[in-house]
Amino acid sequence: MKMTKIVRTTADAFYPFCLVFGLYVVTHGHLTPGGGFQGGAVMATGTALLIVSRSYREITGRLRQTMLKLCEAFGLMLFLLAGLQSLANARPFLGNWLTQTGGFVGSVVSYGPNPGSLDTGGLVPLLNVGVGLEVFGGLTLIILCMLSGIKEDRP
Amino acid sequence: MRTALFCVILLVLAGGLLLMATDLSFGHPLRSDMDDYFIRHGQYQTGVNNIVTSIVFDFRGFDTLGEATVLFTAVLGVGLMFRKLHSGEEYEND
Repeated sequence: MKMTKIVRTTADAFYPFCLVFGLYVVTHGHLTPGGGFQGGAVMATGTALLIVSRSYREITGRLRQTMLKLCEAFGLMLFLLAGLQSLANARPFLGNWLTQTGGFVGSVVSYGPNPGSLDTGGLVPLLNVGVGLEVFGGLTLIILCMLSGIKEDRP
Repeated sequence: MRTALFCVILLVLAGGLLLMATDLSFGHPLRSDMDDYFIRHGQYQTGVNNIVTSIVFDFRGFDTLGEATVLFTAVLGVGLMFRKLHSGEEYEND
């Protein structure tokens, strides 16, 4: 099942913008509304657009299931390992051991309303990226799996 | 006849619930100690400007791990459900 050329071209044009906006929502999760779940869903919307405009046979060349599975598993593992890492630093599980230390993603924030910087938050941006990867891979994989179940007429 | 009576009773119950709900004062919880604590100390303790994210990913990080696991399990279930369909000769991907 293939959509018309207009739909395919529009999907192609929107796809990178969706990915970039989703990435923005994920990486700015600790400063602006949004976060891992929302940003991952936005990125998955971009790939969903690409998937519904093409046939399954055509899409598997661009979106590989093994890549998406890897993406998803890596996101969840990043979350878990970040949590376990704080155990190694003598903090409770998922304790924020990176924040306000001055190191990587640990700039000290000034109290009160301020525009903020990407380099703050400690563990929170890392967890956001992990969850974003997981949601992106997971939702895309669900759509791809469901598309694989549709019976297509052979061209 | 019974269906009409059932519908009328349902309508009256729904209307009563709606009327009761309008009497509730929105935005004034009985105990707001927890909310006040998060609003006052959230930015200072976690270094995150977005209070909602500081609760979801820091104060309640374990809960978020559970949510991520739920999504992972859902994807696993969908993958299992469609496993037979594309293990055949037709859809052998990558």
